[in-house]
Amino acid sequence: MAAFLARRLVQSALILLGVSFVTFVLLYALPADPVRQIAGRSATAETVENIRRELGLDRPFIVQYARYLGGLLQGDLGRSYLQKTEVAELIAARLPATLLLMLGAIIAELAIGLTMGIIAALRRGTATDTSLMVASFVGVSAPQFVVGLLLLYVFAVQLQWFPIGGYGTLAHLVLPALTLGILGAGWYSRMMRSSMIDVLRQDYIRTARAKGLARRRIVLRHALPNAILPIIAMIGIDIGIFMGGIVVVESVFGWPGIGQLAWQAIQRVDIPIIMGVTLVSAFAIVLGNLLADLVTPFIDPRIRIR
Amino acid sequence: MIAARDVAEDTDSTGAENVATVLSVEALGISVRTEAGLQPLVSDMGFALRRGETLAIAGESGSGKSITALAIMGLLPAPAVRVTGGRIRLGETDLTTLGERALQTVRGNRIAMIFQEPMTSLNPVMTIGTQLIEAIEAHDPLPRVEARTRAIAALQAVRLSEPERRLGQYPDELSGGMRQRVMIAMAIALRPDVLIADEPTTALDVTVQREVLDLLRRLQRDLGTAIILITHDMGVVAEMADRVLILRDGRIVEEAPVARLFESPRAAYTRELLNAVPRIGSGAVQTARARPTGMPVARVQDLSVAFDLRGGIFGRVTHRVHAVEGVSFEIHPGETFALVGESGSGKSTIARALVGLVPFSGSVEIAGQRLGAGRHALRAVRRAAQLIFQDPKAALDPRMRVGDLVAEPLVIHGIGTPAERRGRVANLFERVGLAPADADRFPHEFSGGQRQRICIARALALEPRLIIADESVSALDVSVQARVLDLLRGLKDDFGVAYLFISHDMAVVENIADRVAVMYLGQIVETGSRDQIFRDPRHSYTRRLIEAVPIPDPTHVRQPVDRPPSEIPSPVRRIGDPPNRRSLISVGHGHLVAE
Repeated sequence: MAAFLARRLVQSALILLGVSFVTFVLLYALPADPVRQIAGRSATAETVENIRRELGLDRPFIVQYARYLGGLLQGDLGRSYLQKTEVAELIAARLPATLLLMLGAIIAELAIGLTMGIIAALRRGTATDTSLMVASFVGVSAPQFVVGLLLLYVFAVQLQWFPIGGYGTLAHLVLPALTLGILGAGWYSRMMRSSMIDVLRQDYIRTARAKGLARRRIVLRHALPNAILPIIAMIGIDIGIFMGGIVVVESVFGWPGIGQLAWQAIQRVDIPIIMGVTLVSAFAIVLGNLLADLVTPFIDPRIRIR
Repeated sequence: MIAARDVAEDTDSTGAENVATVLSVEALGISVRTEAGLQPLVSDMGFALRRGETLAIAGESGSGKSITALAIMGLLPAPAVRVTGGRIRLGETDLTTLGERALQTVRGNRIAMIFQEPMTSLNPVMTIGTQLIEAIEAHDPLPRVEARTRAIAALQAVRLSEPERRLGQYPDELSGGMRQRVMIAMAIALRPDVLIADEPTTALDVTVQREVLDLLRRLQRDLGTAIILITHDMGVVAEMADRVLILRDGRIVEEAPVARLFESPRAAYTRELLNAVPRIGSGAVQTARARPTGMPVARVQDLSVAFDLRGGIFGRVTHRVHAVEGVSFEIHPGETFALVGESGSGKSTIARALVGLVPFSGSVEIAGQRLGAGRHALRAVRRAAQLIFQDPKAALDPRMRVGDLVAEPLVIHGIGTPAERRGRVANLFERVGLAPADADRFPHEFSGGQRQRICIARALALEPRLIIADESVSALDVSVQARVLDLLRGLKDDFGVAYLFISHDMAVVENIADRVAVMYLGQIVETGSRDQIFRDPRHSYTRRLIEAVPIPDPTHVRQPVDRPPSEIPSPVRRIGDPPNRRSLISVGHGHLVAE
């Protein structure tokens, strides 16, 4: 176990190093000039050059990256070009909101997706099955900003069950979490359906029936834990997919998380913030996968961590 | 019901007349719904099962044995397959009229069933204890402590060591034989009136099969349970059954007491079936060749194969699976050399090493080419030695025409023009008993036996010196198996090819081999001519293997072996702790035995 964790930590560090390098290269190659954004349109060429020198942006790429990496190793994510605040502080202030949103989305997608998948598998080939799978297809293919706006219009504007936007109470969380979770729910319902159908065909399900167990127990106790195993690994990957959705959803609902921060930073080419958010996201994905791997042995005794 | 059960325990007369009928099947019909309408799977099935007797239902695949059993359990794969007529009576109840809920109270309680595949029949994510206890609690609302006590008692009844510890274990911690014991414990825990055993030992090694059969017989004597034993193995029928039902294409061909059936089978099909059964001790169909001289086709010296297991922070090798350990043998032209042994003994690993599919140490020489002497030698070896596997369906690409599959080795080795290849394929098809016109069809259009013939044709395409047949007839029905064995024998003479014949089936090996090597835990424990091994086995393991084979003769009296269930020790060992090599000692005329 300790060996496993140690190995995974080393791997994680390498992944983060790779992500930081690739992102840095991409941002360096970007045609947009951050200095122009800071200096404003009317600045003289001299002012621009001064700012460029001040930020070290006139140095060769390797030097810039080395300096960034040096700071990173000391836990320094740099300073925002425009807000003149530590990036770490900006992210720390907004991270809890994003984590809350992600947690809500995971709960939403699992609750909706797994239920749909189980019902579809048990009613395989019926009209229920078909309608559920059509619904899941819509969930997978609908763009998140459309889903978000639709939910907003129906539940916030028309029915007024939930607030239109903002942050603070549980009611604020429902619509953004749903919007973010619907995509995953679509995926999970399909995966769960095929996984469940596969499990229901297994010999041990026949054994369970031969024992005279009630259908409920067979489904919940025998089939479900086996069917959910391949899904758990997916939850880890999901966090990565969420990161993309978070930028959209947080903007639509005015949710004060790092997605919003990233969106503003991208518009202003505020490179340190973009770098910081990217690294934090990558860290979250790595952590999510690690957690998924750590949870699996509790459900499946055949998997042992070595 | 309690009273009835007490009576049952006192009755030890098996198969006696005028004993109460527990279960009767009358004019049962089962059909499957297909695109072409309802297709009958079982027609006009009828039999009565008496208390305490064992009724064997025997027949080849597709005869409707398992479907009949599932119908009794109410476990037919609905809605596609269903009962279309007749009755299944358990006491006064007609099971075919019961709904799912009512059936739940019968299943596991009054009729229990064990299945063929012990490896997959238990839920991998639940402990043995949970699975056993829930079976008891489903029918008997006992306090948990009491249910647990009953579960432990059931595990003791099937002679599983350390029953209390087993309750906390998961299925993957137990071997196949142990899992089948757990299945039996689950089935008998509630003392059902009827136990249906569907090929209960087919997936098990022969020595384990012996133990499970002994166990079933003893339990029946102790509990008076009536058993329906479904099997394709006439040896198992002879040893276990009181009465036999022979099935073919969903109909009863013959019903008879076991002694009468083997002595004077009435139906032509029964005779055919019994004749096809390979019998141990009956010698070979033809006499074994004298040991040939000259250049061997295969020369294997000190072959070892070990697989590394990694662990620790740096993923270093901590353990090794010693799959094959210091094995040496030679195969001569035109000879059939058999490797026998139970699962995990390293037989298949040797086959893979011989064609360079696994890394090994030691020396392997095929048709004068040394493996490991570069790509050229590897290619030559892979031309001179061809493999035939156990499952022909898995060995044939379902999307290729079988003619192309047979021609593929010629294409790979760049032999002949397309026209020449077609001619060769047609010849090969004829030679293995298929029509040349079949070459344009796809694998799924053939039966299992025909598919294996296609695999044999493919193996012959390159005119190899050695054919490695890895359990190549094990998955086939006996009548098909007999014909494929005949074919292999004929081809040996025509093509002058030698066989490395790998099998777990002692009777088949005795039937076809010239020389035999018995493997145990990756090493050869005894080797010699067929007669030396079967007439004069010297090693205790060889004797155990031979004695364990069920004999298709109900008059054969077997001494019950009353020893604790055995488990083959693990070939996984720590680094720096290699297994002991057994050295072989000659007892004369090429007969070698491990110390």
